[in-house]
Order: sequence, then structure tokens, then C-alpha cells
Amino acid sequence: MKRANIFSEPTAIEHDRECPDIAIHVHGLINRFGEQVVHEGLELDVRKGEILGVVGGSGTGKSVLMRSIIGLQTPAEGEVTVFGISMIGREETEAKSVRRRWGVLFQNGALFSTLTVAENVEVPLREYYPRLTESLLDEIAAYKVVMAGLPADAGPKYPSELSGGMRKRAGLARALALDPELLFLDEPTAGLDPIGAAAFDDLIKGLKHTLGLTVFLITHDLDTLYAICDRVAVIADRKVIAVGTIPELLALDHPWIQEYFNGPRGRAAIASAERAEARETGLGSAEG
Amino acid sequence: MSGPADFTIEEAEGSPTLRFSGALILARLRDLPHRLETLGVTPTRLDLSAVDRMDTVGAWLVHRVARDSDAEVVGASEDAARLLEQVGKSDKKVQVHPDHTPPFLRVLGDIGDATAVAGRTLYGLLGFFGSILISTWHIIRHPKRFRGNAVTRQFEVVGVDALGIIGLMSFLIGIVIAQQGAVQLRQFGAEVFTINLIGRLTLRELGVLMTAIMVAGRSGSAFAAQLGSMKLAEEVDAMRTIGVAPMEALVVPRVLATTVLMPLLGFYASLVAMVGGGLLCWISLDIPPTTYVQRLREVVPMTDLWVGLVKAPVFGAIIAMAGCYQGMQVEGNAEQVGLRTTAAVVQAIFLVIVIDAFFAVFFSSIGWV
Repeated sequence: MKRANIFSEPTAIEHDRECPDIAIHVHGLINRFGEQVVHEGLELDVRKGEILGVVGGSGTGKSVLMRSIIGLQTPAEGEVTVFGISMIGREETEAKSVRRRWGVLFQNGALFSTLTVAENVEVPLREYYPRLTESLLDEIAAYKVVMAGLPADAGPKYPSELSGGMRKRAGLARALALDPELLFLDEPTAGLDPIGAAAFDDLIKGLKHTLGLTVFLITHDLDTLYAICDRVAVIADRKVIAVGTIPELLALDHPWIQEYFNGPRGRAAIASAERAEARETGLGSAEG
Repeated sequence: MSGPADFTIEEAEGSPTLRFSGALILARLRDLPHRLETLGVTPTRLDLSAVDRMDTVGAWLVHRVARDSDAEVVGASEDAARLLEQVGKSDKKVQVHPDHTPPFLRVLGDIGDATAVAGRTLYGLLGFFGSILISTWHIIRHPKRFRGNAVTRQFEVVGVDALGIIGLMSFLIGIVIAQQGAVQLRQFGAEVFTINLIGRLTLRELGVLMTAIMVAGRSGSAFAAQLGSMKLAEEVDAMRTIGVAPMEALVVPRVLATTVLMPLLGFYASLVAMVGGGLLCWISLDIPPTTYVQRLREVVPMTDLWVGLVKAPVFGAIIAMAGCYQGMQVEGNAEQVGLRTTAAVVQAIFLVIVIDAFFAVFFSSIGWV
């Protein structure tokens, strides 16, 4: 937030040179649908290597923000740069070079229904690396499927044969196909049972740890926020009103934030996060 | 920026070492996978100390060599070791493509499937017809459950809204029949029989048949799509739990509306087609409208009108039933809605033409020729 003020009019390249640790930079974003203004002067920076949770009430434009960043929605005004490359009015070749560095998991997986799960994973690989041999493609798809937490027999299945949770995992496998540095997740745990959601959280945390991912995570799931997010951005009143760790946010005196985190569900999530932490440290001391 | 992925082979006292270097990442692999596959030696050590970046694909390639030649991996950084471990854990046999069946067997299988589907559909349609009759009986016994508003709404959608397109279509068909008839009959100097052709053909066959095809495409498909998406959104289930019978609330009004409206639409279509034909006769055969109408009354027997009007409600019922049946069969995903809608139109038109053939035989044997 404050960073944006330091660079009043930063061009894309300059910005990347000066802030090499920023993966996504959104400045002065305005999105309008007819009369309705969704974003008005929205500012957001996502640091490299962090999991940034994005929260906000329904209809506050979380998904629109994601779509603006990945170039599916052209904003009315404002600047969006990903890895220092401007996403607005960019050249197709340049956009392609950025696109191969990110993976996107849409809310319902958005799997191609005529392809099997493993073939879905191969699609981005075939698009960007046509010289890979069939056998290597199949091997890469195979380990990605397993890495995303799917059972091995899910490979030749079609999306319609999968449950909601498995479809999300298959979507994640496809999002991870190109070994992206940046991962966009749109409500990854919505519609999953608590056990499945917790497993998904663990999976993302583990992948972030192993692959050094930067994750832009839209969620309503308070447990996910506590379990895996390094920082949380709160969208309200058409802006990002605050970014920070959860304790930092709790210290702010904003009614929506207070209600969100200190409501009954928020308190339950804190309690379970504390329990999980206690269990981890307990285990750690037992092992040590 | 680091260099592209590369490796060298070092022979040392009978135990070859592969020394990887550069960035072992997907974007910089080049021909590395191919070179690794055609290695020629069985390395015993894989040295990663000169690798400066690695992603899962690089890790997979290293893992694969290590696995296949039972080699030891040395010099891996902490990150690389973690990646290797993660990839190693994910090394399971996964089938990528669906099972492949030989073409001959596949054709046999497809024929079998299609036969089974056709049988099931016929059986299902029969059952559906039965449940419509039962629901109708219920409504007759409890007239308060009759949904007048729903039927009126369907009257509008199926009938009134279709007047324009059906009129235009019939008008053009009338012109085409008249024009073709005039060209052929002129060779025998019998242009005046064009009027017989127009009058009898439109009233007996084309008016109703073309209307049926148009209604199947317009309303039959709409029924399937509407009911299908309602089933997907669990609206139909919600109705059932509230205690509203979907058959009575959704299906009967549509079937009733289409059955009642088809004769009207068919009659309207025949009239418009005769107007179109008359216009062409007037323009190109110089037959004035009064003569045309008078001649029509002489040559077209009343039974021709009855033939058309008897067939029409049957066609309407078939179209609505096929549409509603396919809509109610939707389960699972949105793709089904599209498939079922197509099936509804194809089945409706097919059944209409089959039954039309039966009617033709029937009417000629009772002497309505």
C-alpha cells in the first residue's frame, strides 16, 4: 500500500528493477460495469514467495480483481503489472511470456470436458513446449496428477466422472503444469468438506514450500486464512482497505474487519489454528 | 541468468558420473530429455552441484535417471533435494489417455449402445406417456389443480410468438410449390392444376408437417432446455419436496398447450401457404384471386382439411412429450442439456414423419383420398 506512494508514476520495467521482490503490482485500478463501480483506485502489491489471501464480502469484486490481473477483464483505468510487465495494452508475445509463468485455478476447476484429467494437464505443456516427446509429456502429467493429491487411477478419467474436490485438485494439477512461479486460486476450498479443505490447504502450503510459489488466493474460508496465508488483503468500499498479517489486521479499528475476524466463525477459526499450532510444536518438541 | 540445462559424463574408475549444470527448468531444457534417453552408459552418480536452478520437470528428469540406473544423487542443494523427494513421492503409474479399443469392436459397441439407447428411449417415452395420462386424470378429478396460468403462458410462447416465423415459412413454401408446379405442369398445358397441387398438398401434408418441424425446433427444444436446466438447478427436486408434482406443474401444461395449438397453427400455415401460392398464380399464371379461390373450393374436398386437422394434435403431443421427456432425463452436468435438447428435436421430427406415413396409409384406406 505504502509502496505505491513511493513510486508515483512507475513504468513497468523500472518498477521491476526497483522492486524485484514484488510479483504483482496493482495501482489505481478502476473497474466499472455500466453504472456500477466495482473498484475505485484499488492498490495492491503481492510480494514474491508469499501466500496472499484476498477477502471481502460477496460482490466486492474479488474475482474481478483476479480477472483484471490475469488479463481477462480490461479495467477502465489503472495499472496492473505482473513480474514487472504491464498487463494492460501489452503485446501478445510479451503476454505469452508472462502467462507461462503463472497458473490459474478457476472456481469450478474449468477443466476441458472432452479431455481426461491427465490430458488436461498436458494442454499447457503442449501449447508452450511443442518439442517435448509424448512419453515425457505423459510422465510429467502423471507426476503432476499425483502431486496435486489425486489417486493414480484418476488420470484417465473425464472431468464429469470426478467429485467436486477431485475436480479442484485436477484443476490445480493443470495450473501447476508449467511449474509456475505465481499461482492464482479462486476459492479453492469452497464446496469442499472440512477434511478435504484442510488437505487442500496442506497441499498448497507444501507446494509453496517446495516450489517457492507466490500465491494469490481468494477465499471465504477463515480456516484457510489462518492456516496458510502469510498476509491478508481486505477488499471493502471498492478498495483494498488493509493488507497485513491477521494480528496486524485485528489491531485495526475497521468495523467490517472486526466483524469478519471476531465473529463467531472467526473466533472458531482462531481456536482451531491455535490448536493446530500447539499440536505442531508439541510434535516438534517430542521429536526433538 | 544462468545457462541452459546441460550435463557432462565423467568416467572415473568404471563408475560414470553425470554432472548436471545450468538451469534444469522446463523453459531451458532444449534437447536434454532426448540426450538423457540415449545416454549409452549407466551412470552410478548424478552430481547436481553445478545446477543453479531446478523445477519439478528438471527434478523429474534427474529422478528418472536415478531410478532407472539406480544411481546416487550427490551435491543437491536443500531446495533441489526437497524437489527430488517430492517428485519421487509422486512417481506412480498413471494412465494418461482413456483405454483404446480397436475400431471394429468400437463400431460394434457403438451399434449396441445405440440400439440399447433407442430401446430405452422408446420404453421411457411410453412410460412418460403413461404418467402424463395419469397426471391428466388426476387433474380431471381435481380440477382445482389445473394450472390455467401456466397453460396460457405456454399458449403465448408456443403459439402466438410463433405466428410470425410460421407464417413467413408457409408463405414461402406456398410460393415454391406453386412455382415448381407451374413449371412442370406447363409442359402438359395443365397449369391450372397448379391450384389443385397447392390446395391439396398444403392442407393434407405440408401445412401441418412443416409447422410440426418448426414447432419441434422452436418449442420442443425449448422444453428440453428449460426442464433440463431446472433439473440441474434442482428446481424440480425442490418442487417435489414442497409437494408440487412436476408432471402436473411443468409437463402437462406444455403438452396440453402444444396439442391444442398444433391444429390451429397447422391450419393457419395452410391458409398462408395458399395465399402465397395464389399470389404466384396471379403474378406468373395470370389467374385472378377470385378464380383461384373459386377453383380451390371446387377441387379441394373437405376431407383434406380433416386429414390435416386430425394429424396436428397428435404431432403436437409427440413434440411436447419428446421435449419434456428429454428435459426430465437431464442429470449431472450442463453438457447433458445440450445433448438432450438435440435428442428432443431429432426424436420429435423423426416420430412426426413416421406417424405421418402411418396416417397417409390409414386415410387412403378409409377412402379420404
